[in-house]
Amino acid sequence: MNNEDILTDLAAIVEEVAGVDAADVTADKSFVDDLDIDSLSMVEIAVQAEDKFGVKIPDDQLANLKTVGDAVKYIGANLK
Amino acid sequence: MSTADVLVTGLGATTPLGGDVASTWDALVDGRSGVARLTADWLDRFDLPVTIGAQLAVEPTEKLERVQARRLDRSEQVALVAAREAWADSGMPDDPADGVDPERLAVIIGTGIGGAITLLRQDDLLEEHGMRKVSPLTIPMLMPNGPAAHVGLAFGALGGVHAPVSACASGAEALAWAWRMLRNDEVDVVIAGGAEACICPITMAGFAQMRAMSTRNDDPERASRPFDMGRDGFVLGEGAGIMVLERAEFATARGARVYGRLAGAGTSSDSHHITAPDPAGTGAARAIRAALRIGGIDAADVGHVNAHATATSVGDLAEAAAIHASVGDHPVVTAPKSSLGHLLGAAGAVESIACVLAIRDDVVPPTLNLDNVDPAVQLDIVTGAARKVQLSAAVNDSFGFGGHNVALVFAEA
Repeated sequence: MNNEDILTDLAAIVEEVAGVDAADVTADKSFVDDLDIDSLSMVEIAVQAEDKFGVKIPDDQLANLKTVGDAVKYIGANLK
Repeated sequence: MSTADVLVTGLGATTPLGGDVASTWDALVDGRSGVARLTADWLDRFDLPVTIGAQLAVEPTEKLERVQARRLDRSEQVALVAAREAWADSGMPDDPADGVDPERLAVIIGTGIGGAITLLRQDDLLEEHGMRKVSPLTIPMLMPNGPAAHVGLAFGALGGVHAPVSACASGAEALAWAWRMLRNDEVDVVIAGGAEACICPITMAGFAQMRAMSTRNDDPERASRPFDMGRDGFVLGEGAGIMVLERAEFATARGARVYGRLAGAGTSSDSHHITAPDPAGTGAARAIRAALRIGGIDAADVGHVNAHATATSVGDLAEAAAIHASVGDHPVVTAPKSSLGHLLGAAGAVESIACVLAIRDDVVPPTLNLDNVDPAVQLDIVTGAARKVQLSAAVNDSFGFGGHNVALVFAEA
């Protein structure tokens, strides 16, 4: 799974949970500042991402994932 | 009308009879029933003795954005839908801040149960899949102040957001609370009412174990029979009713269309039993007398009483005695739960809307299924078809488990 595939799947999760158009979920976007996603929705996105990609996203890591690109990179690096 | 009067300027509702106020009111006046067989899979699974209910005529998700809906419990969804209708109906601008200083806008929405459906669903997820699957929105979805809080957010209210919880009196208590805030000149506008949506296994089982619900499963539309000899309990319903209430000074200045006045609100408590009403209805009568006294309305001028009448054996008789003692035998009475079912924390608000429209249209909707009036009930109850009556003032009764009594007096502006 390359980063492009991860971004596509992650964008679908973000759209499902937060209602942001998947096309707007691009690597440079900040979850909070650009996509207006609150901390409650971030938890939901993280749980769905864990299931989808089979990775663990501990809370201390989640806090560091400021942008969509950060999340894609983290997921890609932790894929089994 | 004085400048300190509390005026009703907007109405919103979603009920088992219709997705808005107009359709609900038409159905009430026409004498239609919102009660039907439930189709949920859990009815068989738990072998529940009650398989009927009064479900919403229009799903709230049809009127909400998908993501907004998924973040809201059903009780919060109906509150938001009804609040939006009431706000639009009041003629206020789409952006609330263009119509009223946000610090002078409050929201007061009660619920009897709160987010029971969310609590059950999330508990199922916890049991089946562990805590990771529990939604981070669980608490804001199940908390009983959720409906008020979400409406407060949606309208940007900074003047206070409150959520009275007094079982089946919650919706009426919210209106009473609003009346007090407005009379106190704390705010200019209040979005107030009640919301409930808890038709689910645990509430059905709990009420059934109390023997509080009708088991007339084979004849749903005939099941809710207030004041009838054959009454055997209430039918659980869901919905929301919301009013926009304003200080007369404010409403007049903006040229608002006015439905009528919330003239007074009276509350009392029974201190008799946790669920059974005082059989003599003394607490209920005290609430009604208080509302009339505070509202400056003479009992002789009350032409109509919209009764709480849930169709339980003791409750209906206690209320009949209370109406008789506090108002008299002259008012034209109706029992809307015969049509709507029992909307618990939304009931008082939805039925208050009916009260306001009865005064506007000079018509009292019929009580369904009243074939054989309990001889202990000495009241003039409308049956068969709606009755035209000249009305200048009307009372709405609401009572709740816990011994809560709320009476509201509505009058022509």
